[in-house]
Amino acid sequence: MDISRLRNFSIIAHIDHGKSTLADRLLEYTGTLSEREKQDQFLDKMDLERERGITIKAQTVRLNYRADDGNDYVLNLIDTPGHVDFTYEVSRSLSACEGGLLVVDASQGVEAQTLANVYLALDNNLEVFPVLNKIDLPAAEPERVMHEIEDIIGIDAHDAVFASAKEGIGIHEILEEIISKIPAPKGDMSAPLKALLFDSWYDQYQGVIILVRLFDGTLKKGDKIQLVRTGRTYEALKVGVFAPVMVEVPQLTAGEVGFIIAGIKDVADAKVGDTVTHFHRPCASPLAGFKEVKPMVFSGLYPIDTVQYEQLRDALAKLKLNDSSFSFEPETSVALGFGFRCGFLGLLHMEIIQERLEREFGLDLITTAPTVVYKVHRVTGEIQTIESANQLPELQNVEYLEEPFILAHIHVPNEFVGGVLALCEDKRGVQREIKYLTPTRVMIIYELPLNEIVLDFYDRLKSITKGYASLDYEHLDYRRSELVRMNIMINGEVVDALSLIIHRDKAYFRGRDLVSKMKELIPRQMFEVAIQAAIGNKVIARETVKAMRKDVLAKCYGGDITRKRKLLEKQKEGKKRMKNVGNVELPQEAFLAILKVE
Amino acid sequence: MFTRIYLHIPFCRSKCPYCAFVSSQTQTVPADYTELLLAEMRLAAALPAQHTPLESIYFGGGTPSLLEPSSVATILAQAKDLFGLAANAEITLEANPGTVDAMRLAAFRKAGINRLSLGVQSLDDRLLKTLGRIHTARQALDAFSAARTAGFDNIGIDLIHALPGQSERMWQADLEQALRIAPEHLSVYGLSVEEGTPYADRYADNEELLPDQDLAAEMFELADEVLTTHGYEHYEIANYALPGRRSRHNSGYWHRDGYLGLGRGAHTFLRDTPYGTRCSNTPDPDEYRNEICNGALPWRDISILSSEDAMTEYMFLGLRMADGIGFNAFEQEFGVPLDQVYGETTRGFAQAGLLEITNHRVRLTRRGMLLSNQVFSKFLP
Repeated sequence: MDISRLRNFSIIAHIDHGKSTLADRLLEYTGTLSEREKQDQFLDKMDLERERGITIKAQTVRLNYRADDGNDYVLNLIDTPGHVDFTYEVSRSLSACEGGLLVVDASQGVEAQTLANVYLALDNNLEVFPVLNKIDLPAAEPERVMHEIEDIIGIDAHDAVFASAKEGIGIHEILEEIISKIPAPKGDMSAPLKALLFDSWYDQYQGVIILVRLFDGTLKKGDKIQLVRTGRTYEALKVGVFAPVMVEVPQLTAGEVGFIIAGIKDVADAKVGDTVTHFHRPCASPLAGFKEVKPMVFSGLYPIDTVQYEQLRDALAKLKLNDSSFSFEPETSVALGFGFRCGFLGLLHMEIIQERLEREFGLDLITTAPTVVYKVHRVTGEIQTIESANQLPELQNVEYLEEPFILAHIHVPNEFVGGVLALCEDKRGVQREIKYLTPTRVMIIYELPLNEIVLDFYDRLKSITKGYASLDYEHLDYRRSELVRMNIMINGEVVDALSLIIHRDKAYFRGRDLVSKMKELIPRQMFEVAIQAAIGNKVIARETVKAMRKDVLAKCYGGDITRKRKLLEKQKEGKKRMKNVGNVELPQEAFLAILKVE
Repeated sequence: MFTRIYLHIPFCRSKCPYCAFVSSQTQTVPADYTELLLAEMRLAAALPAQHTPLESIYFGGGTPSLLEPSSVATILAQAKDLFGLAANAEITLEANPGTVDAMRLAAFRKAGINRLSLGVQSLDDRLLKTLGRIHTARQALDAFSAARTAGFDNIGIDLIHALPGQSERMWQADLEQALRIAPEHLSVYGLSVEEGTPYADRYADNEELLPDQDLAAEMFELADEVLTTHGYEHYEIANYALPGRRSRHNSGYWHRDGYLGLGRGAHTFLRDTPYGTRCSNTPDPDEYRNEICNGALPWRDISILSSEDAMTEYMFLGLRMADGIGFNAFEQEFGVPLDQVYGETTRGFAQAGLLEITNHRVRLTRRGMLLSNQVFSKFLP
């Protein structure tokens, strides 16, 4: 492969700004996707991704393109996940490229998510050129958005491509720009193999498939390879590219992107960011930037019906095959029985996993409120990490607690600045900076406790800013904090699955809001239900769900007994979606009530 | 086997916005409908199902009082011919107060109707309007006295409570007015918003416009107090009667007696299989007509009950009656003691104060009646 005829690029875009549609048009235009294979948003494979319009797992595809200069080029489109939870994956995908298309919605302008990814791209020395998408919309304001790109990102936008992926406008120009603006990769195909593993997943027939970008050297089928970080060695059983389906090739050389199947059993052994080299002729040093990805947000997952426990375990194991960033361990709750404590990269990651468990595996689940990882400094000097309020040791054994902080970049139109600042202050934030990117666009930078983010921060941010804010964050450090455990009691019994760790100053209001929300969510039962919030032995809030008074069918017309029975059956079905805690029936939502308080 | 006949007259002058039952809007019952009922009855008579003289016949609707009294006479005559009629058979006609006058009532009485069920619903004109009824309170009271004059000595009236805009005082006023005319029987039920009705559109997302369950419960209790102090027996969750005046036909539903349903959308329960068979006639006018003209009963959703199905029904139907369920009767029916099947459930509810268990019977308490769905759903498999 002539390295000068290679281009590796990715598409940087905010959710909904048309990345997947554009990718599809590029595939179509270059003939990579035949009419028969054509299916909207080819690159977003999972239903869930298609529905939400976001990419969860990065995909990559090779395009063959004959440019206006008469030469044939190979373009590798490396797709990146589009969410804050997957920043590390994004950065690794980007480092496999030399350039990026910055796709901006011509009617909406630059969003924080885009910005975060552009900065990641620039950090990785990518050549970025802008594409104004949805140019056909009446609301498109290309001039304004071009200025915004220049002002905010600081890249030249005067010759941005005007495009409409939906209408197929500007596709040819984009391809030509890729050839002319993005540099060909550099590398020495005779040097020792040095390849970046930037994605991996499990295929039930072939085992783990890894995606690599070769920086130096040549890889052939049958080569003995080594993953530098894990030290494990494998034989490259298959080597190939996605075009867009998997095609084996005789070899991959420096600058190219492709897949390797090497009999890797566990996706956890194929860590994103690892370096692939030859066992017998290793590269001198691995690629920089490797990071072990750790779950940051934890919650308990319990089957509503205890007989689904085994199914849940199998389902979690299956999902884990494909997603090493997610973790699970058995956990027992007095209230909920047997379940699992699961770790996620962030809230979206958590929602995606839950939704897949319910949809693909047909499970009915109770999810407990998400929590972060706290550090407990014991009086003995030991440091313990805990992922659940119930792991918090007795107070007399605790010297102090630490909680994780993040650095949040919030991007808003200026009319919402006041509201966002108030929210950040309310969430115990520490202001770092307020940057006016343009006279109307503001970047607010705050240090915030992650514990506040995982509760309702994002929803409140959206409602305060009418959906115009976007948020991006990175992890900062652990800080000492006045944290307490709040217990929720139902009819006098502590429901362990509802306990949470909370800042002392917040406890009273949170407790009060939480019990009043739970009062709304818990349906009236045949007896009175008392809901209390307590810190230690001190009850700080109480509400009562009155006993049910009336549940009776109207008179029966003409002996229609079947109808009566059906109504009773419907009622019984409804109860199955409830979890019995003691003799109180709690709906699923009650366990996440903390996310719903105002 | 069946001992009762239900005839469904699915026609109304105007459709009430809360009603979910099969009915079409007309001024009078089409002439051919009576012919179809007669033909359907003859088809049913040819069934191998056994029958004994009929204990009750019930014209329900819809608005059966839209029938011509002569049609009623023809139908009753044919029923007597085909199945025989017990000497003291109860023959009920549901009547809308807006569709009857002294003459028609006398004619119905003469045709053989001996029990009238008057759809009064409320005696407050404001509420009648909300309900979309075609009659006024005055018309209802007039219809009642006309019925007395026509010789009806067994009249039941329907009253609905928990209506939008109704207060407890308004309900009390309704009850007191009803007591003044002294019907033999009262059906008293709370409004329930049924799917697919205009009321569902109006109130499904505006529940605050309806009395809440506490008020509805108080109205139920008020009816119980007022009516039982005036000598009525609260013999079924939604029914009150002076001694000896219970509706035998409706009680038959709760006792799982066999009944033949005739007419579009009517329900049938035959006791010829060990645990009974339920089915219903098609609600579609064309299908109904065509099948009968082709000599077929227009049955749909035929379900031959298992002993488990029947036990469940036995519980949730039997417990609707204030007398509840006798342990002997249950064991006789199913060959297994009730306690062995449902003992844990019934004792649990007894402890919670919803059921009362004596040596021989189990029955709902008054609170149990109000929460009867909670109790009944526990008897489902």
